[in-house]
Amino acid sequence: MSETTNNSLPDAAEVKKALLKKYPVKVARKREKQIVLNKCNGECDGNIQVPEIQANARTIPGIISMRGCAYAGCKGVVLGPTRDILHIVHGPIGCSYYAWLTRRNQTRPTSPEDPNYMTYCFSTDMQEEDIIYGGEKKLKKAIEEALAIFKPKALDIFATCPVGLIGDDVHAVAREAEKNHPDVNIFGFSCEGYKGVSQSAGHHIANNKVFTDVVGLNDKAKEGKFKINLLGEYNIGGDAFEIERIFEACGMKLHSTFSGNSTYDEFTSAHTADLNLVMCHRSINYLADMMETKYGIPWFKVNFIGAESTAKSLRKICEYFEDAELTKRTEEFIAKEMEAVSKEVAKYRPRCEGKLAMLFVGGSRAHHYQDLFKELGMEVISAGYEFAHRDDYEGRHVIPTIKVDSDSRNIEEIEVEKDPTRYSQRLSDERKKELEAKGLKMGYYEGMMPDMKENSLVIDDLNHHEAEVLIEKYKPSIFGAGVKEKYVIQKSGIPLKQIHSYDYSGPYAGFIGAINFYKEIDRMVNATPWKLIKAPWQAEPQLAATYAWE
Amino acid sequence: MLLRHTPKGIIEREALVINPAKTCQPIGAMYAALGIKNCLPHSHGSQGCCAYHRSMLTRHFKEPVMAATSAFTEGSSVFGGQANLIEAIGNIFTVYDPDVIAVHTTCLSETIGDDVNQISAKAHESGKVPAGKHVIFTNTPSYVGSHVTGFSNMLKKTVELVSEATAEKKNKTVNIIPGFVEPSDMQEIKRLTSLMGIKTIMFPDTSGVLNGPMTGKFKMYPNGGTSIEDIKKMGDSQLTVALGTFASGAAAKSLDTKCKVPCEILELPIGIQATDRFIDTLRIKTGMNVPEEITNERGQLLDVMSDMHQYTYGRRVALAGDPDQLVSLTEFLVSLDMIPVYVITGTPGKKFPAKIEAITKGLNEKIYAKNPSDLFLLHQLIKNEKVDLMIGNTHLKYIARDEDIPYIRYGFPIIDRVGHQYFPSVGYKGGLRLLEKILEAIMNRIDRDAPEESFELVM
Repeated sequence: MSETTNNSLPDAAEVKKALLKKYPVKVARKREKQIVLNKCNGECDGNIQVPEIQANARTIPGIISMRGCAYAGCKGVVLGPTRDILHIVHGPIGCSYYAWLTRRNQTRPTSPEDPNYMTYCFSTDMQEEDIIYGGEKKLKKAIEEALAIFKPKALDIFATCPVGLIGDDVHAVAREAEKNHPDVNIFGFSCEGYKGVSQSAGHHIANNKVFTDVVGLNDKAKEGKFKINLLGEYNIGGDAFEIERIFEACGMKLHSTFSGNSTYDEFTSAHTADLNLVMCHRSINYLADMMETKYGIPWFKVNFIGAESTAKSLRKICEYFEDAELTKRTEEFIAKEMEAVSKEVAKYRPRCEGKLAMLFVGGSRAHHYQDLFKELGMEVISAGYEFAHRDDYEGRHVIPTIKVDSDSRNIEEIEVEKDPTRYSQRLSDERKKELEAKGLKMGYYEGMMPDMKENSLVIDDLNHHEAEVLIEKYKPSIFGAGVKEKYVIQKSGIPLKQIHSYDYSGPYAGFIGAINFYKEIDRMVNATPWKLIKAPWQAEPQLAATYAWE
Repeated sequence: MLLRHTPKGIIEREALVINPAKTCQPIGAMYAALGIKNCLPHSHGSQGCCAYHRSMLTRHFKEPVMAATSAFTEGSSVFGGQANLIEAIGNIFTVYDPDVIAVHTTCLSETIGDDVNQISAKAHESGKVPAGKHVIFTNTPSYVGSHVTGFSNMLKKTVELVSEATAEKKNKTVNIIPGFVEPSDMQEIKRLTSLMGIKTIMFPDTSGVLNGPMTGKFKMYPNGGTSIEDIKKMGDSQLTVALGTFASGAAAKSLDTKCKVPCEILELPIGIQATDRFIDTLRIKTGMNVPEEITNERGQLLDVMSDMHQYTYGRRVALAGDPDQLVSLTEFLVSLDMIPVYVITGTPGKKFPAKIEAITKGLNEKIYAKNPSDLFLLHQLIKNEKVDLMIGNTHLKYIARDEDIPYIRYGFPIIDRVGHQYFPSVGYKGGLRLLEKILEAIMNRIDRDAPEESFELVM
């Protein structure tokens, strides 16, 4: 397939028509609202206005979506990366099996004795009789067995589809088990796969329970100045390690990560930090908001994907702390790192410049990774999220206008109040105003669309059919999505970069990560095997010799 | 250590499975359905199931794995998934245009009691199924059996729905049900039957589907798979040879019951003796001669087995995987005078331990082959008494590294290496490939550990 460059782009409105053409009326009517031509409609109250996109809507039955379930969002995404909470999945074997080490959340125990259960897969392996007579008895027994063998300090239980349907109460079982084992924190998640419309419901369920049952249990703060919690960073391919390296070099203290390379103790004392930073807005913004209300920890959005974005995020932190020494050290560090980055950009940019990319992934990554492509001079011509909400596209100011539908209504919204003893307002109202006047918006995410070009196609919950049409129309040089899409796109002769698992490489965060990514994208868009698709006899089928018919 | 909490002391567990040696039914059904031509597998449940199964199959085959889902919401879980499935069927035929939709259920739809038979009838009534198109379906509750059961259920139900005996006289055709094996294995079995000059219908057939070429053009339905017409004709064949009792036996018996096609249920042709029985059964049942080429391949395998016997003799092996594979593999190892000491599967079924016991009876060794079991227990057994080699899927790499044991990847899933899609392990040629892998692992270890003075140039 010959590549398109941004000089010869097809008309986006025509592409949209082509995307919808094959659908039954009902499907087309729904998808029409989820496919939007990007447009900047000016500013209002300091917020950039973009067109409304329908998001967080039901997946259409039979349409091959990229999405997973609430359980995947809760266990797989948010809790899975924590190494010393023992995760028991209550259900038939598959749910636990598929979430076993497949997300590449790296973790680094501090000593050979340090607990790490991430390499283990625990399941109650429900059988027919458990479905008929109830599975609570088996779950109780499984908890006892796990405690006897592993002696964890915390144990959690994840409910899968049949559990909710047969009425097993994982919370009651957890409470009872905790009564018998008061030293162990035992809690459950009602994250049945059918809840909500995607992984997103599971994120919310995870946030709620971590907030109510874990955060705030331990008032012992970590030593150090400028203590930061990094929320929504899952340490895939070692991203959190790189960010930690950067923090340390700048003189900031990474207190807890939710949840890459995390431990239970770091969660319990997270309320002692000075500041919360949010990476993946979709999966963790609830926790950031709730911690602000209860403990007075302010938050703002950062992005450590892309060298420039990393520098920008670090500067935001310095601006927040307003400490001359921190700023000096950070600026020196940025300067040093950017020198190395610039050399690499100079090497790789000419090999990638002008090529087109598409990104369909996650609830933040489709936004974050655009910065890396920009640094290579590549344009992300179409992008969308798998499980995001409108605020991830349009900005948080639209939250009050989002209609709560029946699927979201069932996900609990916790009423949060100030903690009578632990609340301390880190940021005065006055200072907040000052910061906001300088452009540092607290508790805000501006969304993906204001960062994208006019007329680029923003598509929520992209499906297989649309992906096929998109690559046919735009012929991009690279496509970013997940493992299910990988070989579909690659069979068409277009390399696909897995943005969930990083194709088993990384890190891509921070400065070192940016360099890794440049090299990787150069490798992919210029790979030799893609150039060998046609055999000589396919390229030149004309025959001159006579052997065959003489 | 990667598995730092696995203690040597074994505590009997009744409820908790740790590091399973199985997964759930629907993925097996999805794999089986991918072996039907122009077929889109469909998962009737919450969309997460479909996403997980597609992801795992994709990681194993490194190929597109297309399947759709009913995408249950909380509402459908309460009121039933009929509306979702009917809508899905309509959307699939309009947008993806398959010849067949192969529906399998999940724990969700099974728990609420959705009747896919009735829903499918309703879809036909409401005109969602275009003329000449098919919807087939099976029940695959995730809380019964394992992925192997799901594979078996999809095949069984498909032949029950599709195969027909249309004539008194049976055709000179042999049905081959190849088992839950790789596309490369299916291709190899077809090569062997065609060398013998036997006309076959293989069902399912994922060769060409899940080991397809890079052509620069994506095909939603690759050139491969058993056509619905052929599955229908299986009812007119004179014989069914089912390979693997767990995966293939049920479908073969159903064909016998429904269409009076007699069946031979054999173990998977892995290793010399199981392949001998496969080839000889075909010879006896069809009256066709075994060509020189096949006998020659057998001789080559036997040649290497005897030439390199010193490296296999007496070595203790731990195996984990699926029952059909394990039974034949155990027999192959015994024929190499190796000792398969632990044979672990998560798939239930009383026949399994009895079979392993029968094969290993003559060894005078204590063999552990209880099922269902898991990899946590296997690791504990190994900690108590070491082995020289482990054979199993990718999950074993954690034990292999912690215990420093030579290990070869075999079975499902293999998500960290390639090869299985393209190179068979069935038949004599497949046996030779397995043996090469076994020798490579053992001899690499000898080279690594040999003192300098006994580091051998020739081995």
